[in-house]
Amino acid sequence: MPPCSGLDDIVSAVRAAHDAAIPLRLRGAGSKDFYGGMLAGELLDLSGCRGIVAYEPTELYLTARCATPLAEIEAILAEKDQMLAFEPPLFGGATVGGCVAAGLSGPRRQQAGAVRDFVLGVKLVDGCGQVLNFGGQVMKNVAGYDVSRLLAGSMGTLGVIAEVTLKVLPRPPLETTLVFACAEAEAIGRLNDWGGRPLPISASFWHADRLFLRLSGARAAVEAARRQLGGEAAMNPELLWDSVREQSHPAFAGSLLWRLAVPSAAPCPGLRELRAIEWGGAQRWYDGEAEAVRDAAVRLGGHAVLYRAPESMRCREGAFAPLAPALLALHRRLKRAFDPKGILNPGRLYAEF
Amino acid sequence: MLKSDNSQCCVDPANLERQLRRFLPQHCLLVGEEDLRPYECDGLTAYRELPLAVCLPETEAQVIDILRTCHRLGVPVVARGAGTGLSGGAMPHAQGIVLSLARFNRILRIDRLARLAVVQPGVRNLAVSEAAAPFGLYYAPDPSSQIACTLGGNVAENSGGVHCLKYGLTVHNVLRIRVVSIEGEVFEIGSEAPDAPGYDLLALMIGSEGMLGVVTEVTVRLIPKPELAQVVMASFADVARAGDAVAAIIAAGIIPAGLEMMDKAATAAVEPFVKAGYDLAAEAILLCESDGTPEEVAEEIARVTGVLSAAGASEIRVSQSEAERLRFWAGRKAAFPAVGRITPDYYCMDGTIPRKRLAEMLSAIAVMEKKYGLRCANVFHAGDGNLHPLIMYDASQPGNWQRAEAFGAEILELSVALGGSITGEHGVGIEKINQMCVQYATPEIEAFHRIKAAFDERGLLNPGKAVPSLHRCAEYGRMHVHRGDLKFPELERF
Ligand SMILES: Cc1cc2nc3c(=O)[nH]c(=O)nc-3n(C[C@H](O)[C@H](O)[C@H](O)COP(=O)(O)OP(=O)(O)OC[C@H]3O[C@@H](n4cnc5c(N)ncnc54)[C@H](O)[C@@H]3O)c2cc1C
Repeated sequence: MPPCSGLDDIVSAVRAAHDAAIPLRLRGAGSKDFYGGMLAGELLDLSGCRGIVAYEPTELYLTARCATPLAEIEAILAEKDQMLAFEPPLFGGATVGGCVAAGLSGPRRQQAGAVRDFVLGVKLVDGCGQVLNFGGQVMKNVAGYDVSRLLAGSMGTLGVIAEVTLKVLPRPPLETTLVFACAEAEAIGRLNDWGGRPLPISASFWHADRLFLRLSGARAAVEAARRQLGGEAAMNPELLWDSVREQSHPAFAGSLLWRLAVPSAAPCPGLRELRAIEWGGAQRWYDGEAEAVRDAAVRLGGHAVLYRAPESMRCREGAFAPLAPALLALHRRLKRAFDPKGILNPGRLYAEF
Repeated sequence: MLKSDNSQCCVDPANLERQLRRFLPQHCLLVGEEDLRPYECDGLTAYRELPLAVCLPETEAQVIDILRTCHRLGVPVVARGAGTGLSGGAMPHAQGIVLSLARFNRILRIDRLARLAVVQPGVRNLAVSEAAAPFGLYYAPDPSSQIACTLGGNVAENSGGVHCLKYGLTVHNVLRIRVVSIEGEVFEIGSEAPDAPGYDLLALMIGSEGMLGVVTEVTVRLIPKPELAQVVMASFADVARAGDAVAAIIAAGIIPAGLEMMDKAATAAVEPFVKAGYDLAAEAILLCESDGTPEEVAEEIARVTGVLSAAGASEIRVSQSEAERLRFWAGRKAAFPAVGRITPDYYCMDGTIPRKRLAEMLSAIAVMEKKYGLRCANVFHAGDGNLHPLIMYDASQPGNWQRAEAFGAEILELSVALGGSITGEHGVGIEKINQMCVQYATPEIEAFHRIKAAFDERGLLNPGKAVPSLHRCAEYGRMHVHRGDLKFPELERF
């Protein structure tokens, strides 16, 4: 199938696949081919559908075609001192469509919110090749069900996101990073204690008994917080946060990586294979045996994602935590509502659909 | 006895009552007309209907039984919180029951360390913040109705408030809900941990207006209360300048805790009532709040004041005490009831528009006031482009309500034409059902119906609300107008 260079191409490709019941594998830049369920189906190469359609700094939104590289978006935002506040990983060439579909947020999520919190509208091509417009470019819009946000993290299984509008925010005037020496339990305790106080904490990262804390905000607020918190100034903070966001930090090295999402105050699960803690305690990274990790996640009231793993293990385990039967049935019905023939990224979210 | 006034109905009211009494105690079921009367409408009083019965369950097991019974008998169910909704979302169905969550009024847990509260859906919005206050925490979304409206209603409407610009809407502050489906199945949606697995059903459920399930428990995020808040009040000699000032604040990289506008008609209505000290000579006033540490607030207030004077503010005042701050806000928060005092009835609209189109919208409303012969006061969540024109009318005058309704419809349709939406936070309900046909084309409306069917195949939850039938849209006669085309060729462009 030739690469798509615009909406019309996407529509005709999906229509043809729908008519012939051929599964499609959606791809922006392929930066997250490693993530989620197994890749299956004929390649629908979206890389030609790029370009920023609209950017209105004072309206705080940006609209871009799906394969627009995030790097390009961040560059144009930086010119106006604005940013994608959820700090999505770039992983090389990540595109905005893939960013929304995968739903991955970076270090600033603990303060600013997740991808879904910034999705304002989408142009979607559903599994029948119909073009659907949901949401828009305004901050508040409760007309109709919020399909735009539903797509965040849907792994391309509900439709091809052809265009997306994101809310953007001003960059904080000042950022500074502190470092503290402390063990796992103490880090979790401190992060939650600080979280309950009005401090401008925009990111946190614990690894190998060192806890890094990024403060962002008005100059006065950052300086006051720094005096209050103590700790030491970290070296090269930009490089550090970039390596956390891009997972190039040694904490994430290796072929096996589990992501545990847990309530931030959940105690240490007593697993030896802890690699790192982020998001004020709510995101924890492990390697280790599937059963032990999944059990620990459930015990702590959260869930585990098999984030990076050898193909055989991903096949066997499934990437995402299994859904309760009633919830799975509901997912299937929703999937059918958007993609009745099940041709879009089958198995990429759950093997069942 | 349940009333039975509809010969073509398929519901046998006597049988329904018998079935409900099997598991609902006497005090949990209302069937007499005088008992049903208080439930005939929500905050949008122009639309009224009496239900067959009102159920006031006290346990989730009763909710499940009620829903199962209604599902089996094909009886429509309208969930209800405090009934403060402004789009007729909780207006009963003549052939159905009202399921009131009023008795689900307990705060189940406040977790100081994890900064969250688990509450039942009938808990009032303000009660959550009050309960969290001893821990220095609060629940951020603060609709002006917060002393009365419930968390269940907030979830169903994705309610906002004056602090949403910085702290987000309900959808940004709810972590998890428990929902009972029309078939009586219980779902846990979302979780205390971030990014629950599977589709983001929480996003879908929030703002779904009681169409997809009945919420029986809500977990919300609490955030630390800022040390200090201060508000700047600025006067402007014309509304366009005030609109530009809003954009200038954002352009300066400031996201204030609140950014609100009131026009002259609104301040004139409010001032005698609240004595907030508003500048009555100004065509518009802006309220801009800053919160954080004292140093941070001082820094931001200085920047905001600079931007506002550069943008042409004729007078600027900064609240000098917490009492004064609250007084500045009191007028804004009491705007609806204040307008209610100077007119027999008022009709509150809820369109959103790109901020930069504000002046255009306000000039168009001024033209419409003449066209419909009705006055309109405007309050505006200016920071996020959400306009609340309050159309004043007198329901006792024949034809008056119809004119108000047409006036409102024209504002909403202009909101869409200007690139916005027919509703920012009050929901579609029954009120804006026709304007849905203007905002969305057939394929999207069909998609909404498919989503609804995935949750509620027989369409028993809040039927006739939120999403219009295609038939209705065809009748409304606008399906031929497609998105992006000029919607109002007859309207002068400003
Ligand atoms: C003076 C005034 C000021 C207002 N200011 C604001 C404002 O600033 N911002 C704002 O957003 N809104 C505002 N509103 C509108 C209204 O208060 C909100 O929409 C509120 O969230 C409704 O809550 P409620 O409990 O009254 O819900 P109701 O009116 O009882 O119901 C609203 C909708 O929610 C559904 N529902 C209720 N409970 C449940 C449940 N447990 N499960 C499923 N569905 C349920 C109902 O079926 C209905 O569709 C205002 C209203 C008034 C009267």
